Amino acid sequence: MAGPRYRAAAAALLIVEPLDMFTAVFHRPSGVTHLLNEPAPQILEALADEPLDRDALLARLAQNFDLGEADGTAVLQARLTELETAGLVDRV
Amino acid sequence: MRVGPVGFRIGSDWHAPIAALDALYRDYPRPEFADYSFRLEAVSPWRRRVRPSVRVAGDYWLPDASPLPLAQGLLAAEMGMNLQVALGHRRHLLLHAAVVARGDRAILMSGVSGAGKSTLALMLSHRGWRFLGDEFAMIDPDTGLAHPFPRPVSLKNESLSLIPEGCRTGPLLTGTPKGDVRHVAPPAAAIAAMDEPARPALVIFPRFGFPSALSGLAPTETFMRLTQASTNYVAMGEAGFQALTRLRAQVPAVALDYPDGEAGVAAVEALWEAL
Repeated sequence: MAGPRYRAAAAALLIVEPLDMFTAVFHRPSGVTHLLNEPAPQILEALADEPLDRDALLARLAQNFDLGEADGTAVLQARLTELETAGLVDRV
Repeated sequence: MRVGPVGFRIGSDWHAPIAALDALYRDYPRPEFADYSFRLEAVSPWRRRVRPSVRVAGDYWLPDASPLPLAQGLLAAEMGMNLQVALGHRRHLLLHAAVVARGDRAILMSGVSGAGKSTLALMLSHRGWRFLGDEFAMIDPDTGLAHPFPRPVSLKNESLSLIPEGCRTGPLLTGTPKGDVRHVAPPAAAIAAMDEPARPALVIFPRFGFPSALSGLAPTETFMRLTQASTNYVAMGEAGFQALTRLRAQVPAVALDYPDGEAGVAAVEALWEAL
């Protein structure tokens, strides 16, 4: 079971500035700047359109992104937890 | 006194620091409005006369700052001005940087204390460059322009021998927490032009005392260095993020190591010619 569905913070709450392998994201509600590297920006992008559970998100990311390990689920869960803690992602 | 966009009102328990300020800041205008007020005051009533000792009190002050002997009252006043701006200023994104300009285009030289930015700025100001400041680059969040904040240059220790002839200087302050210090007034033309901003055209992160080397910087490294160089990036919120990302995106940035002042000046001018 994939658990809860996640969604990205509303686009109006974020200012996204791609740099190179990092992306700077300013979170308006907290005033905090986050410096994200792969796959965090891609997660935000995927969750911007519609809420997805972890497995659906993994499938979406796998279409055009290599999570680099056999167990992509663990990597993805760790990143989701970090993004949720930062307020960039929440649960529906 | 007024320096660029900032007016200061400075009081003192003693006459000497004010007299030293008046002499060093002779060419600066008096403000119509003081953005910041602070006083140089004795740490206790009897320390006005017995081993007189100065602390800064006012709009912004640090409770843990060590007082300075009265002989270093000018340094205390300079530190007081720095403190007000570093902790209080919100109209511009502040970067810890020296700034010089040719025409209306500016070079920002950002680095930690000892990187040589003050010395480079002073040397360049005597070679046809306009001096905009050696402490803070003030970036207007709406326009991206760098506003002059041309306070006197604070030179320390080995740099003291590099003071150009004919400069107006403050007294030599020995044994300060930063070693021996002398303040050098910028050229009068720089003070006269302190209401004329310039557009940043180059960001340099200089490092004094290393073999000559020049390297480009990845966008993320430039972004990180600029955020670290800013004293009010967090306080500025979204305006600070927008100003900083625009500066990063529009202005080339390099890291420059140089062994001595002459080599540093030559390298900066070569970079400028290559823009």
